Order: sequence, then structure tokens, then C-alpha cells
Amino acid sequence: MGSTSTSNTHGEGLSRRNLIKRSAALGLIAVPTMSFLSACASSGGGDDQEKQKGEVTKDNPFGVTKGGTLDVVIFKGGFGDQYAIEWEKLYKAKYGPEISHLGTQEITGKLQPRFNAGNPPDVVDNSGAQQIKLDVLHKNGQLADLTELLEAPAPDDPSKKVKDILVPGTADKGFIGGKMHSLNYVYTVWGVWYSGKMFKDNGWEVPKTWDAFLQIMQDAKKKGIGGLAHQGKHPYYINVMIMDLIAKTGGLEAMKAIDNLEKNAFVGSEAAKQSIEAIYEIVDKGLLMPGTNSLDHIESQTAWNEGKAVFIPSGSWLENEQLKQTPEDFDMKFLPMPLLPGSKLPFEAIRAGAGEPFIVPEKAKNKAGGLEFLRLMCSKEWSTSFAQQANSLTIVQDGVDKSVQLRSGTKSAVEAVDACPVEQRFDYFYINWYSEMDESIRTASAELMAKRITPAEWLKRAQAAVDKAAEDPASKNNKRQ
Amino acid sequence: MQQGKYRFVTGFLIVPVVLYAVFMIWPYMQTFGYSFTNWQGQSQEMSFVGLDNYTALFSDSVFLKALWHNILLLFFLPVATILLALFFAYMVNVGGRGGAGGIRGVAGSGFYKILFFVPHVLSIAILAVLWRAIYRGDVAGLINGVFIKLGLSDPAHPIEWLNEPDLVLWCVAFVLLWWGVGFYLVLFSAAMQSVPKEIYEAALLDGASRTQSFFRVTLPLLWDTVQTAWVYLAILAMDCFALISVMTPGNSYGGGPDHNSEVMATYLMRNFLSFGKSGYACAMGVVILGLTLILSLVTLRISRRERIEY
Repeated sequence: MGSTSTSNTHGEGLSRRNLIKRSAALGLIAVPTMSFLSACASSGGGDDQEKQKGEVTKDNPFGVTKGGTLDVVIFKGGFGDQYAIEWEKLYKAKYGPEISHLGTQEITGKLQPRFNAGNPPDVVDNSGAQQIKLDVLHKNGQLADLTELLEAPAPDDPSKKVKDILVPGTADKGFIGGKMHSLNYVYTVWGVWYSGKMFKDNGWEVPKTWDAFLQIMQDAKKKGIGGLAHQGKHPYYINVMIMDLIAKTGGLEAMKAIDNLEKNAFVGSEAAKQSIEAIYEIVDKGLLMPGTNSLDHIESQTAWNEGKAVFIPSGSWLENEQLKQTPEDFDMKFLPMPLLPGSKLPFEAIRAGAGEPFIVPEKAKNKAGGLEFLRLMCSKEWSTSFAQQANSLTIVQDGVDKSVQLRSGTKSAVEAVDACPVEQRFDYFYINWYSEMDESIRTASAELMAKRITPAEWLKRAQAAVDKAAEDPASKNNKRQ
Repeated sequence: MQQGKYRFVTGFLIVPVVLYAVFMIWPYMQTFGYSFTNWQGQSQEMSFVGLDNYTALFSDSVFLKALWHNILLLFFLPVATILLALFFAYMVNVGGRGGAGGIRGVAGSGFYKILFFVPHVLSIAILAVLWRAIYRGDVAGLINGVFIKLGLSDPAHPIEWLNEPDLVLWCVAFVLLWWGVGFYLVLFSAAMQSVPKEIYEAALLDGASRTQSFFRVTLPLLWDTVQTAWVYLAILAMDCFALISVMTPGNSYGGGPDHNSEVMATYLMRNFLSFGKSGYACAMGVVILGLTLILSLVTLRISRRERIEY
């Protein structure tokens, strides 16, 4: 989910009719000469495709054949797709295949018909607003099990396994149904951001408590600056704040209760109640940037860059996404969520983890090549190349060459990560596991921010979404400890 | 000779008919088939669930809300668009007065025709982005900017047009109206111009006012065109996908806030692509198709009148 909303083309480039027609037409090609119902039910699609498979060696653990083809699809969002083009050059130098590269924001539009027809690409960076939901792909048996990848020799040091060189928690983030199905490649930090310059000019201190946080916003309001901006059209972002606050107030148990769809994940949880009331306080005291509830991510982030608000929630892709709009002396800074009284986690605790899921389709023609591509992504060379091109860290431990210069926002995010012990970093999984529940909670949050529902109603709605997700058959396998 | 003619005609028709059947009819039939399954949209694995999707559909409060919005649009859009377009078309074609009994439009009518038609030249995507900027919910929005300058609204609480449950649907409907009026104005103009001038002259000589000549002469003679316009606008009202999904809040395909601008098409897409409930979405597609067909038939039926020959 790394750069969930780096796309701003919701629906524009995508014609619904064409899509349905195309997918239906593809279904037609895949399943000729049968009555449609039986056809629907019985066509496996693509089982006769010749798989490319060669000899297995320590340097080539999946048995990639020389030559052949490799089909790569990359979400072209906040990180662009130049990094992948560089990778492909390196891959081609090693295995020499015909590489077809597609950088797009319309992942679903381009790929859904291909999944249906059984000829998916070999590697997909499945991200952005139009990503194909991982839970849906998994239910349809379209995701390759990446356990193999975890157990394969690490690219730079064959005495280690790939799983040993990843930042802790990376594999877990890709777990669906108890096994790893996506390699979330970008090490992402979520939280609140501010301008170091604005803080300096106003003589503000980094707020560590909720009261100090509100105090700054109130001070700003007097000066005609909005307190908090958020990307109202996409309530994903305000949910980052809400959920971070719940996790920090109630501890990791409060977070797991949500992911594990517990009966009192929201209703009956003191942490959830305190947190949502605290968020509502911002609304109630009029500390939101005027109009922010109806702005999209680019509009609100740009307004924030222009100094119209002090804080904004986002993930660490924010700096790269806003490069052009950010003033030279802005001095972007990351802020861990400030604490409510009696919080179980300290101020330093942050939501940090792997984002930007890369997948290998189960029915890929060159599945070995896809897995090898993912393995090479975990090499120091590829990881450094990514950091250079996309101005972001990867999940490869010490994978970025020290010579790479990071910008101020990314640097402050790295400092925040370093200041937070591994066991206090947290990350939610329900977003990948239960798309519909996520959507319902987002809708409720948007209502809360617009002051149309009360915190009590928000809790009720969020709990209803959890209870509904608990009926999902996948909920049996999606459990975290 | 006859034989040859048929072969000739068939030869020309067979290709488009086959293409139509393969790319239009067959997908519709497949959608019908899929609507009885629990297809998830990402593979060909599915099982038959009978009418489950349809029964679920009619107890799904969001779907019913979306359906209600479509029905609201269905009444509002055609009525408002046709009335406005008729009025304007009348004014620019025969509404002018003065001169020696000449039948013509108001002054500057040629210019108005072009001006009204301009919105229709823009693609829907551009239209959506343009109007989003106009409705934008802070001071940078065009309407809010003007309102605040005029002191009509408080800069600390600008009107969040597209984030107001009671306004959002009408904001979108207005864009459709603005977009549609120009086209129907041109359509009605063409129809009005084919009405012989003598009829109007006769009405004028008999002392008919503008209103009278509109209701007694123009409208009856234009009835066929109005009927066609009605069917087209009704079909448009059943869709609205592009505008809603680009303009309104919400994470996938708009429809917000809190489903207050949800239409069947956006809810269909969200189920089809985001939630992996493609079979369910196909059932919605079938319902939309059914409603649109019924609607067209009913409209054509109840608006049937005796044709006036001239």
C-alpha cells in the first residue's frame, strides 16, 4: 500500500464498459464452444502454457533459463518507474531475456483481463489506488507462494538466506492466509509531517504529548494557519492517524485486536474510545485547515507545502510525491504520533514497515524469472539503485550505500526509525486482508472529520465493519500473534 | 436479380452483425451467466449460486441508495435539460420579435448557439476535472473564492460542495445539465428549422404570443425529437459513472461522502474490482440493463402521439 494514493486518475482513464467487455471478451477467447455457465466454472485458463525452467544452481536457485522472456508491470506512482528500468538492464545483463516493461497507474485495468485469461505477467508492483486487492488475488489462487524466495540464498552472500537480510517484519507484511505472498519492498514510515522552517519561525517545540500537539495547532489558528490538513477525499490518510493513536494508546494488543477482528476491537476498547475522541477534538475545536475535508491528496499536500497548515498525515513517500511543490527551505520533518495520557507505547513508537507489494503471479509463464527478479531486488546493488531513483529506503538491511544522499524528510524518517526499538514498531495488516472493512472504516472516518457523526457512532460503524469481515472465510487463516 | 441484391446486402451486413454479436451481445449474455455465480473476477474459478446475488442485492442498503439516486436523476435530468434546451432553442430560433414579421431568433442568437454548444465538445474527463476545481472545497475553489470575496461565506468555513451530503448529487447533476443543454439546443434547433416558416407566420398573424406559439406550434411539431432526447437523457441518468467517480470523495470510484452520491454504476465497479465480488457486480449490471430497457420502452410507449404531418 506504500503509495496508495499517488495516482490521481480515479476512474478517468478507465472505462467501465470497456473493462467489463474486455474481460468478458477475454473470457470468451479462453473458453470457446461451451455454454457459458459450465464454461465459467470449468476453465482453468492457461494450464497448457509452457513453463520456462532451467537448471538450478546456488547462484540461480529458481532455475531461470537464459534468454526467454520476462514480463514486468510496475505501478508508476510516487516512485516513478525509472528504477525498474534500471533493474531490468541489470537483469538482462545476467540472463539475457526479452523484457517487456509496462509502467502504469491502471494496474487493475491492465491486468485483470490477463489474470482472468491465465496469462499474467511475471512480476507486478501491485500498488496505487487501482491496485488489484491482494486478498482478492489470493482467494483466486493467483499469487505465487514466496516461501521459496525467503528460503533461497541471499544474492550478495549465498551463505545467508533471503529472509535473513530483510528488515524484521517484512515477510509478515506479505502474509495472506498464513504464507508470504507479496514482497513489500519499500521501507515505509507512517505518521504526521511538518515543516522544520515553520516550527523554527514560530518557536515551536516538537510536541510529544497530545496537549502540546493541540497547543501548537491552537497557536497556529490564532496566526491564521490551519492546524491539521488531511487528504479528505481519500480518508485512507486520516485513518493512519486514528489507527496510530489507537496502537500507541492501547499498545500492540489494541492493534492486533483490530487485525484479528475481535469482538471488542473498537466498541468496548478504551484505547479506541480515547483515540477517536482525541481526533474528534481537533475537528470540534476548529483546528482543521478550512476545506481540507474535501481536498484530494495533491491539493491538500500542496496547501500544506504552501504553509496553510502545520501538520499533515502521510507515509514516507510524501516527500518524493511533493518534490515539485515543496519550497527550497521547507525542511520537511517526520513526527511520530504524539501521546495521549497513559499510553502503553512511548512517543518514539512508530508505524513502520514494508510497503509497495511486489508479487509473482502463480500462473506466470516465467515464474522462475519472476522469483529471481524479486531475489535480485534484495541485492545491495538493486536496493541502492532504488534509493537513488526513488528517494526511499528498501527493506534490505543496510541495503543502501552510505554514499546515497537522502532528502530532509526521508532523513528525519530514518532517524525516527533508528530511535524506535524494533519491538515498538507496529504495522496494521487488515488493509491487505479485508478490503471491504477498510473501505467502511474510511467512510466512517470521513463522516467524523466532517462532524456528521459522533465518536460513539464512529466506534459503532468501525465495529460493524469488523464484525462483517469476521464472516469472511479468509478470516480463519489471517491471524497474527 | 432479387437474389443478387440480397446476397449483396447480406455481404455488407454480416461482418458488422457478427462483430456486434461477439463484442456486445455475447458479453451481455456472459454477464448474465456470471451473475448466477460467485465469480471473484481474478480467475475463472467460480461456482453456481443461483439467485443469491439478486436476493442479496435487494437487501443491500447501499445498492438501494444508489438505485434511489439514479431514480432521482432520472426525473430531474431529462425534465430540466429538455425544458432548458427547448426554451433556449426557441429563443435563438423563433423567439425574436420586431422587424417586418420575420421569424428569427433573439439578437446574437448565432453566438449563443456556439456558446451553448462549447461544453459538449469537452470530454467528460476534462469536464470532471474542471468542475472539481470550480467546486473545490477551500478558498482556492472558484465558487468559494467568489463567495468569500463577496462576503457570502466565511473563509474559515467554506462550503465543501462535494462533501455535503445534501448537495453533492445535485452538484454533479448540474454539471450534466450544463453539459447536455447545448447539445439538445442544437438538436432542437435543427428540428425547429425544419418547421416551415409559414406556420409561425400564420400563428403570428392570428395574434399568438410567444408562449402560445411555443406550446401550440413548436412543441407539438417537435414531439418526436423531444421523445428521442428523453430516452437518451434517461439512459445518461442511469449511468453518470465518470463524473461521480472523478468528482466525488471516496477511495475507489467516488460515491461519497458516505454514499450520498453513489449511483449503481460506481457501486458496481467497486464490487467488481475492489472487493472481488464480481458475480454480485454482474447481477447489478443485469439489473441496470433491465431497468434501462424497461425505461426506454415505457418512455417510447407513453409518449407516443399522433404524428403531425407538415
